[in-house]
Amino acid sequence: MKELSVLVGGRAGDGINNAGAVVAQLLNHLGYFVYVYTDYPSLIRGGHNFALVRAADEPVGAYNDRIDYLVALNQETVDLHLPHCPDCTVVANADLVKSLQSGQAVSINSVLKAESAPAITGNSAMIGAFAKAAGIPWEIVGEVFRRHMPKAVDENTRVARRAYDQVHTSRPIPAIAGRPHTLISGNEAIGLGLVAGGLSAYIAYPMTPSSTLLHFLAGTAERFGITVIHPENEIAVILMGLGSAVAGAKTAVGTSGGGFCLMTEGLSFAAMAEIPIVIVVSQRTGPSTGLPTYTGQADLRFVQYAGQGEFPRFIVAPADPGEAYSWSAAAIRLAWKYQIPAFVLTDKTLSEGTYSVDYERLMDLPSPDPVLWDGQEPYRRYRVTPDGTSPLAFPGRKDAVVKVNSYAHDEDGITTEDAGLVTLMTEKRRKKEEKLKEEITRYPCVSVRGTAGAATALLCWGSVRNACDEVAARLGLRVIQPVVLSPFPDQQFSAACHGVERLIAVEENVTGQLAALAREHGVSADATILKYDGRPFTPDELLLRVQEVLPS
Amino acid sequence: MTRNLITPAQNTWCPGCGNFSLQHTLKDILAGFEKEGRSLDDVVLVSGIGCHAKIADYLDINSVYAIHGRTIPVATGIKLANPNLTVICCAGDGDAYAEGLDHLIFAAKRNINITMIVHNNRVYGLTTGQYTPTSPLGFKGKSTPAGTTEYPFNPLELMLASGATYIARGYTRKMPQLEQLIRQGISHKGFAFVDVLQICASFFNMTEYYQSRVYDLNGHDTADFEKACIKAREWDYNRDAPIALGIFYEQALPTFDDRYPARDISTEERMRRIREFFEASA
Repeated sequence: MKELSVLVGGRAGDGINNAGAVVAQLLNHLGYFVYVYTDYPSLIRGGHNFALVRAADEPVGAYNDRIDYLVALNQETVDLHLPHCPDCTVVANADLVKSLQSGQAVSINSVLKAESAPAITGNSAMIGAFAKAAGIPWEIVGEVFRRHMPKAVDENTRVARRAYDQVHTSRPIPAIAGRPHTLISGNEAIGLGLVAGGLSAYIAYPMTPSSTLLHFLAGTAERFGITVIHPENEIAVILMGLGSAVAGAKTAVGTSGGGFCLMTEGLSFAAMAEIPIVIVVSQRTGPSTGLPTYTGQADLRFVQYAGQGEFPRFIVAPADPGEAYSWSAAAIRLAWKYQIPAFVLTDKTLSEGTYSVDYERLMDLPSPDPVLWDGQEPYRRYRVTPDGTSPLAFPGRKDAVVKVNSYAHDEDGITTEDAGLVTLMTEKRRKKEEKLKEEITRYPCVSVRGTAGAATALLCWGSVRNACDEVAARLGLRVIQPVVLSPFPDQQFSAACHGVERLIAVEENVTGQLAALAREHGVSADATILKYDGRPFTPDELLLRVQEVLPS
Repeated sequence: MTRNLITPAQNTWCPGCGNFSLQHTLKDILAGFEKEGRSLDDVVLVSGIGCHAKIADYLDINSVYAIHGRTIPVATGIKLANPNLTVICCAGDGDAYAEGLDHLIFAAKRNINITMIVHNNRVYGLTTGQYTPTSPLGFKGKSTPAGTTEYPFNPLELMLASGATYIARGYTRKMPQLEQLIRQGISHKGFAFVDVLQICASFFNMTEYYQSRVYDLNGHDTADFEKACIKAREWDYNRDAPIALGIFYEQALPTFDDRYPARDISTEERMRRIREFFEASA
């Protein structure tokens, strides 16, 4: 694999994310696949921020600690990162970086002064300097600025050009044969997938790392014809979502673990009242407030079992934006077909990471429709049917009295404590789970990658799969990634495990939650590789840890 | 078609319960709507959990028998999804003033166009007699056998402070007035709040107390916020004082749901815009 990495670092508030995004587009336009990881503390100003852009001649979704280019907006960036990559090519801001052993420095202040440009365009000077040091033709820089600079394109371009001309090319990055791809984050992909699945309303309270989904959908609400609401707390979020769904609007809510704690009473209400809802849970490091801006995979069991009582739920955990798009659309459709809660379980790495995506190659999943009342017989909200699903009607529908109820209820939705009715209705809801289980056999619920037929396999879920892919490629291993985690796709999972002699679970939690789930379904991992420091596995690190558990 | 507005569900309120008056009042209002040619298909009742909430089982109209304290967010979601619906919340004082107080304040702040009826019997009935946020100081309930050690708060004052645009208080033994207050609340464009004093026949029977203190607000200027505050403070749900009934405050302001216009975009157009977004991100 031909690859290179660029780290852009500075203080929080310096616009590091945006600078990283532009650098990623430069490499994208040179023909590379890219992945961007952003690392930032839970602060608005101050503190160290960096964006790590990794580019390769094949798709990547993880970063390594090796850095080829260091773009330093301040001294701290040099002090923190240069010792780990002494051979990298440095482009620094001469105004703040005072001790530079090697590399080139440009004074942002003098560039801005010469161009009479505002301070906010300062990062463009660093991007211009990097582009020249990396030998990126000016035409590509100009094109990327035109397409991707959100505002003040001319000023930013002039600033970049002046810095570009002050630097010499020290380590050129060759253009490779490849067209530019779409670069989007996991949260953007989830949002677009929900819209494709028929979303009418998105309701959320801000909580990292789900907030960028709220921001994205709020920013595109008019374009996509949706309503986006930010209420007083997550309890209101899910209850408003359920009200919205009762009135017939396909609705999703989003949060992280702490917010989801507050949603659990609403979740259980959705189950009993059979109200469809999509819940996006983006995991961060817990328990409690934990590490708000770092990643984790410790909430699978929580999402799987949250809420009082027993009820069916759909849980999908995508690994990359392509999966996030297709499965978010599927989640909303399945929620409505079966009138159940459906989860899109993601994490900080996927939610906030940026990846190359090919629109033409997005997975096409089935798109079932909800079952609607035909108006023939008197409407009964909870009519018992052979498959457990009662036809939907919404308040406002002529001659339908729609009675939705959180209590145990009869077919009309009237409260009951009758033992026989309670049994009947519990079994009705249970039947939906059986039908859902049958339905998902038509979906690719378990992704098998790497070397097909290899006797050693890495078992993983969510964003960790990307690092597993790389390690598997280097060692000739199989990768088994259940994408759907509830209902558990037993048949597809055991087919995926066929011929595996050594199964190694790789997860970002301390207990091995998927490994335990797999064990409940008859497959035991031979080893677990766990990480719980809030940082995603790097392929380099994972390679070493996999080698440790392989027989010598 | 005139429908029977009462379901066959067996009524289990205690004899003498104030909830009967509220049920009949709502039934009369709904029957009146039908006479006026309004379709009851467009009315949704949202209840919380508690004795009051059984009304969702008893009235044969669209209903969401929700969970404790959460009538308002459910009603808000319904109204936003379909602004043509008339959405009425029936909540208890435990629902509205304890478990779901944050939602009540925010509904007033947003001026969402729904009607909130609080069945305020100032005690938890269904859980057999504990104090609520409007029980008087010293109330001896099962969780406070020595008497409560906190003052009640005044829901009317709270609503005035939160921005509610229709604030009224009724009493279940003054049914014609109660009907008029609720009917006007439903017609009001914005968040309409009606605190309804009712007795709990089993755990807090205040009939005699209320009978000797209630009076009608006559000649009160409902557009005057300062006067509304003064009238609302006259009785603080604790000290002995005359208890005014009627509309304390009413004001016309833009509603929350008005600010979220329906956006109809065809599926094809949506998919085209999604594709456009992907292309623009390359």
